[in-house]
Amino acid sequence: MKRTLTASLAFWGLAGLLVASCQSEAEVAPSEAVPGSVLPANFPAPAYALDQNPPSREAFELGRILFYEPMLSRDGSVSCGSCHQQFVAFANADHRVSHGVAGRLGTRNAPALQNLRWKRDFFWDGGPKNLETLPLAPLTNPLEMDETLENVLHKLNNITEYQQRFFKLYGRQPIDSYQFLRTLAQFTAGLTSANSRYDQYVRHEPGGELTAAELRGRAVLAQKCAACHSTDLFTDDSFHNNGLDRQFATDSGRAHVTAVRADVGLFKVPSLRNVAQTAPYMHDGRFQTLAQVLEHYDHGVVESPTLDPILRRSDGQLGIPLTRQEKSDLVAFFNTLTDQEFLKDKRLSERP
Amino acid sequence: MCATVLLSSCGDKDNSSPATETGTLDLEMEHIVGTQALELNRATPYTTTAGDQFKVTTFNYYISNIKLKKADGTEYVQPDSYYLVKESIANSKRLTLDKIPVGDYTGITFTIGVDSARNVAGAQMGALDPSNNMFWDWNSGYIFLKMEGTSDQAPSKSLIFHVGGFKKPYNAIRTVSPSLNGKTVLVRTDHSPEMHFHVDLLKLFTGIRFADASSNSHSAGPSAVRIADNYAAGMFTVDHIHAN
Repeated sequence: MKRTLTASLAFWGLAGLLVASCQSEAEVAPSEAVPGSVLPANFPAPAYALDQNPPSREAFELGRILFYEPMLSRDGSVSCGSCHQQFVAFANADHRVSHGVAGRLGTRNAPALQNLRWKRDFFWDGGPKNLETLPLAPLTNPLEMDETLENVLHKLNNITEYQQRFFKLYGRQPIDSYQFLRTLAQFTAGLTSANSRYDQYVRHEPGGELTAAELRGRAVLAQKCAACHSTDLFTDDSFHNNGLDRQFATDSGRAHVTAVRADVGLFKVPSLRNVAQTAPYMHDGRFQTLAQVLEHYDHGVVESPTLDPILRRSDGQLGIPLTRQEKSDLVAFFNTLTDQEFLKDKRLSERP
Repeated sequence: MCATVLLSSCGDKDNSSPATETGTLDLEMEHIVGTQALELNRATPYTTTAGDQFKVTTFNYYISNIKLKKADGTEYVQPDSYYLVKESIANSKRLTLDKIPVGDYTGITFTIGVDSARNVAGAQMGALDPSNNMFWDWNSGYIFLKMEGTSDQAPSKSLIFHVGGFKKPYNAIRTVSPSLNGKTVLVRTDHSPEMHFHVDLLKLFTGIRFADASSNSHSAGPSAVRIADNYAAGMFTVDHIHAN
């Protein structure tokens, strides 16, 4: 196994050099760069390293076409982009839960797709464990795209343009699952959001001015929320029971994957990046506004056996007490995390 | 169904030592149910040691990370050895290990299933291609062993055993070292020996009654671990060795 890894690294070493040259080109001519091929200075080390699937413009663009390809669903009605819309950070605007083929409703709120390169597992329950294999879940889920991998490959292999594009990238045919999944990951790994006003502030870049209220909000966040919403990714990607329900009969969350009783009712901490754009909130989209979310933490937390200890106070009360001023300051800070460049980047859109 | 992973060509490149003489070793998997041959969709059901009757429609499993041990205690580790064995595909039951350094081998070790590293390694080819329908997408990772069938004793009349999972506390990865019964396997450039295994499906069901609905297993969890413990405890035995 070790030998394989070493060999793979050696194999990609050459490709890694190519990436490096891409990056230096990017500094000269940003419009030519593959989106997300430069790692933001204020982010931690990524889980899906650049050299694992070195960004290439052609592969990225084919990945984008696949992302917006409704043929990936059984009846051709739903693409990845249907539930993951760019203008709301690739979340699903207004929809509490995902909408699949034939108007079927999923069970959870479609999460924002951003900075996926830094994630070690995915979904509200952490089921998928690699960005490349993640799409298999929505693809085959009967409530989402309701298709089979076999049939998707069959459909792609029947289209001359796809045949040619994949052949150009991989030099062999037919299109197989490896080519399909790696190419789609070129696009999803490139969805880096790191140019909000907050980022400009922490990186001391032009435009990085925060108001007094925003700075106070940042301090409240650091004091009261950073146990989960940590680092400049604003999530530690851990799982918690944040006191939404007394029981979890319809969705056991993390326990659905681990079969461990202590994981019942635990869900992944979402990032706060672009949070002002990604309503509704929580794993089931139950809250429409950030104000409602903050009210929940202040006085809406309910008891259950796996409730996170962070939400139990020494006086027996539950939740995180927040004053009216603190809530207002937090919302002000949340707005600094909106990355207009990401939300409007033509290179990420269905029709660039 | 050529089961070897394509990446092996990369693995060879860092083998810069002077060419050693190599040979081939075949592992042959013969699937049995107690004393009978396994036959998919057989008219007459089989009977477990506990007395439950069952028929088999699917029987697939992974064999990986094969290691061969020499009499002097040194070990040869077959790089990128991932094999998917399917009862329905005759030639998948013959695992051809090539480029084995010539030598006298007295032991074998392999994993029933797929190691944790490959479970989280992203898109894979060959035996590990998710198109082989041995991959869970909702809790990503490989199904190590898949047995499907029917039983009149089962509440829903159907048996579904999909065993997998590699995380504590429900790690179902099992490594076994079936005895060669004192025999030595001589791998030579002009000898391609065959190790003939009996894989006894009855061993899966030790201590299991099909009437118990929770005996069916199709996720990582306690029942997967119980089946894994069962198949690690003597499902694979070396029946005989052809020197060839």
